[in-house]
Amino acid sequence: MTQPLALRSDAEALAAPLPPLLAEAEHLASAVLLGEHGRRRAGTGDTFWQYRPAQPHDEARSIDWRRSARSDANFVQDKEWQIAQSIILWVDQAASMSFGSDENLPTKGQRARTLGLACAILLIRGGERVGLTGLRLPPRRGEAQLMQMAQLLSQEDDTDYGAPEAQGMLPHSRALFISDFLGDIKPIEDALLRAADRGVGGALLQVLDPQEEAFPFDGRTIFQSMTGALQHETLKAGDLKTRYLDRLAERKDHLQNLARVTGWQFQTHHTGESATNALLWLYGALEHHS
Amino acid sequence: MWLIGPIGFAAPWLLLGLIALPILWILLRAVPPAPIRRRFPGVALLLGLTDDENQSDRTPWWLLLLRILAVAAAIIGFAGPVLNPQNAREGSGDLVIILDGSWAGAPSWQARIDRVDTLLTEAALADRRTAVINLSALPATEELPFAAPGDWQNRLPGIQPQPWQPIDPAAWFTETTGNFETYWISDGLDWDGREDLLAALETRGGVTVFQTPRQNLGLRPARFEDGEVIVSATRSPVGNPLETTITAIGLDPAGVERQLAAVPLIFEPGEAVAETAMVLPPELRNRITRFEVTGRRSAGAVSLTDDALKRREVALIAGRDDREGLELLSPLFYLREALEPTADIIDGTLDDILLANPDVIIFADVANLAGTEAEAVLEWVERGGMLLRFAGPRLAASDQGRNVVDPLLPVRLRSGGRSVGGAMSWGEPKTLAPFAEDSPFFGLPIPDDVTVTSQVMAQPDPTLADSVIAQLTDGTPLVTRTLAGDGQIVLVHVTANAEWSSLPLSGLFVQMLERLAVSTRPSTPDAAELAGTTWLPNRVMDGYGSLEDGSALPGVAGEVLAEGIPGPDLLPGLYAGGDRQLAINVIGEDTVLNVAGWPTRIAIEGMDVVRETALKGWLLSATMMLLLIDVIASLAIGGRLRGPRADVAAALAVALLWTPDAQAQTAEDFALRATTEVVLAHVLTGDAEIDEISQAGLLGLSQTLFRRTSIEPAAPIGVDLENDELAFFPFLYWPVTADQPLPSREAYAKLNRYLRSGGMIMFDTRDADSARFGSGSPEGQRLQAIARSLDIPGIEQIPPDHVLTRTFYLLQDFPGRYASRDVWVEAAPINAEQVDGMPFRNLNDGVTPVIIGGNDWARAWAVDANGRRMFPVGRGMSGERQREIALRFGVNVIMHVLTGNYKSDQVHVPDLLDRLGQ
Repeated sequence: MTQPLALRSDAEALAAPLPPLLAEAEHLASAVLLGEHGRRRAGTGDTFWQYRPAQPHDEARSIDWRRSARSDANFVQDKEWQIAQSIILWVDQAASMSFGSDENLPTKGQRARTLGLACAILLIRGGERVGLTGLRLPPRRGEAQLMQMAQLLSQEDDTDYGAPEAQGMLPHSRALFISDFLGDIKPIEDALLRAADRGVGGALLQVLDPQEEAFPFDGRTIFQSMTGALQHETLKAGDLKTRYLDRLAERKDHLQNLARVTGWQFQTHHTGESATNALLWLYGALEHHS
Repeated sequence: MWLIGPIGFAAPWLLLGLIALPILWILLRAVPPAPIRRRFPGVALLLGLTDDENQSDRTPWWLLLLRILAVAAAIIGFAGPVLNPQNAREGSGDLVIILDGSWAGAPSWQARIDRVDTLLTEAALADRRTAVINLSALPATEELPFAAPGDWQNRLPGIQPQPWQPIDPAAWFTETTGNFETYWISDGLDWDGREDLLAALETRGGVTVFQTPRQNLGLRPARFEDGEVIVSATRSPVGNPLETTITAIGLDPAGVERQLAAVPLIFEPGEAVAETAMVLPPELRNRITRFEVTGRRSAGAVSLTDDALKRREVALIAGRDDREGLELLSPLFYLREALEPTADIIDGTLDDILLANPDVIIFADVANLAGTEAEAVLEWVERGGMLLRFAGPRLAASDQGRNVVDPLLPVRLRSGGRSVGGAMSWGEPKTLAPFAEDSPFFGLPIPDDVTVTSQVMAQPDPTLADSVIAQLTDGTPLVTRTLAGDGQIVLVHVTANAEWSSLPLSGLFVQMLERLAVSTRPSTPDAAELAGTTWLPNRVMDGYGSLEDGSALPGVAGEVLAEGIPGPDLLPGLYAGGDRQLAINVIGEDTVLNVAGWPTRIAIEGMDVVRETALKGWLLSATMMLLLIDVIASLAIGGRLRGPRADVAAALAVALLWTPDAQAQTAEDFALRATTEVVLAHVLTGDAEIDEISQAGLLGLSQTLFRRTSIEPAAPIGVDLENDELAFFPFLYWPVTADQPLPSREAYAKLNRYLRSGGMIMFDTRDADSARFGSGSPEGQRLQAIARSLDIPGIEQIPPDHVLTRTFYLLQDFPGRYASRDVWVEAAPINAEQVDGMPFRNLNDGVTPVIIGGNDWARAWAVDANGRRMFPVGRGMSGERQREIALRFGVNVIMHVLTGNYKSDQVHVPDLLDRLGQ
């Protein structure tokens, strides 16, 4: 996915209205966009939401006379809340995400991008403004934003493990971080805390490969990170399994704690599982408490 | 060649490589298994984790051992190990290999021939001229038959043991010229002239003897003694106890040769001769044709029996009968009853009887003989006959043997006899006294109820006691006997019927007769008697002791037979002259077997041929196996067997281990292919072209069916009768080729099951252009051979109203590529009748199991891959018409197979409609 229009020749990609990533994300999103997706609460907006008896604090001009004339009480017409939210996405594009243990499984990066973009599609269709962290793509609405986002997400990073940028987050907006969270925990912690400082809530989605959960190795092994910068040699990989799994659990625990402290939501997703489930969870997580 | 025990090494210095093994051990030990490099993002979490202290980074010892063993096996393998290496025999010049070639070598003849073969191979390597001579069958030429060893190796199967021992081969050798070395393959038995031959050979060159101390058994002729068959055998060398079994072989009542009896024969340690008795019912004994030592294929272990064991011929002569019709009072009645089962009874006048030369003549109460008759009888007795006389009123009343000893009576008789225990006499009836030890009846139990009321009395005289062989309790003789010449005369002092005693009513009577009759043997014919006669070989024996028909062989003069020494002129066997039979056996009554001894100057070698076995291949395979195990073990140690790619390895292992399952898989596939759709099948004949045509023909028929009918068959299948299940196919097309192999028994069973369960086979001999049905074309003959074991009902030519003529198309011709009308199907039942008003007879229910013809239907039906006809049929339009009819016939056949007699049932439609009231 180093090319924005990967997997297809340039001409074909130009002819296509959406890059494959976008198409995939559209496909995934369409699976979710089945029912209602409105905010389903009263607020400022254009569409009718409900009639409710007028309260003393309601201004007189807000009374719906047509409805009130049919009864003795006064009614006020509520509009559905239509204030657009800003949502900032961070999808880890570091080398560690390009790991896929099996040909039949997508790499973590592919799955993360697809999920991120699908989420963006849903949100934009829901009327929100979606952007990327780090001032690369400020939140906007519209299909054009999706094209651009797809292009940016297709880029890859050279670093081993990615770290989120907390810049460009609007106060009280929402954020979505998708990564394997296997690298140094410190930048993530910082970013979350800074986000929390600004009143930004959101969701952390940890995407892991099944092999990273199972650690099915044995014998003398040299483990290398995806760029080769980090390496660890062991004579009996099988003996490391429990300790590795302990550490992984510890990492998840830490993230979970962090999320709880900052009011975020945390979930782990495996590339071996269905992407739709993860998308549903993401959508729900972003929908909550908004 | 360097030897360790039985193993030699071609390149022993390579074994020095074994010294390097410990170094290799240390080297291998120092090198831990190579690591695998894995990309793994989770490495960040692994940083800082250390391995356990006690974890060794060295290769495990057992893996080291495996590798060391593999290397050691390779080193030893390349050093060229040979099990039982053979040192080449040295020598040059001409070589003569002689074999005793007697019956004694027959049991291990192959070992001898192998030894000769090995010697010849060595001689071939040394480029020596050789001659192989069987001493028992010397060459007809006077020169030593020298030839290249390879030639002799080809002729070895023709050298066979002979059923005699060498007869003076030294004389033959002295005729020959030249010097040579001799290898002597000895049978281990001594024979006359052996030393002479050895001396003769030693004048020509060195002699090496090959001999193994092997037990040789010689079975002596069986003989009778007191009612028992005594079989004895001699052995050489005399040594440890030996137990073997002697079987008596003869024809059973059905005429099949089988084992009639078997007795163990035990050689005591140090005894050369063992003897055992067989007690056989006369019925069995009479049937015995030969005795054999079980498990010895040698002429010496077979002993043929001749007349000696045959049924006695017994002549019965009674005193003049003046009454008639009183069967139970006939003096001969009880004798007849007693002798009938065990002897051939001759009736007639005394003159006639004497001409027949019976073994026994029984006089029941015969008193007087005409002078010449008495002389003739006496002469017969002296030649070995046995005269058994019973007393009676006539004998008692006569003066016979009163004052002088009658030559035909064993004792003198007192006149009148006596009578005890009767109504008019004093005393109790007398019973029998126990038999004396020297009596032939000794040992027979005496029943209590045998009583004697009358008897003729012997005149007391000094020799009387010697003659008595049975007496009454009061000491009066009951049976007396005297010897006359080679024969004997026995007098029983009572009648042969129950008038004077109850003896003839008892079982003792039969036993006594048996003892007496059995103990008379025909004398061995002597040279004088045999002189001038010619005896024809009936069955002759070969060196292995198997009998062959000898009727093609020339007769043998009696003089030769009298000598009884088997040789090229007198093959052991059964010889017939007139009504007598004489057995010539390899082992005589008193043949003694001696071990062939050799002077100390003669080198003696064993007979065993040990084959060189090169172990290199085995060791190198072992190396490969060990290395393979090492590969797997190393992978396991290195964690490469488990982990991300384990599935590949597992799949590979499964593929390697589960090949048999693949077969099952194909069988299942076959079943599925054959059963998911209707499939026409043809029998694979093994002739690729025919099979291809059958396939194409059935394809064409299938396509036609698909187009024209509701039968929509899949592509046809070739069926291998031996391996494939037939039950799936409704129809088999079987093109018969002349050189088709016959199906196996299992395949026949399958075919018959197929035919009985409603399958149809269409036999096509494809020869209707040149042959008529049943004529002797090669295919027709093959078809007959194939069909012989098939369950095919009676057949007839397709009748005009057969259901095949109307199952789909209305046809009266059944052409294929040829238009013969000789097409045969199961015959209609005899009671098939044409009902009035019906167009057809009510014919056989069900499907004809066979259609037999030669019209080469497959060629007429055949289409190629593009759907074009492969073979022309006839000429022009009429040919195309014929092809059309052929296809229609095919459609009818398949319709018939699949719908049975449905069209036949149509004849009932009017009836059915009638019944329904329509």
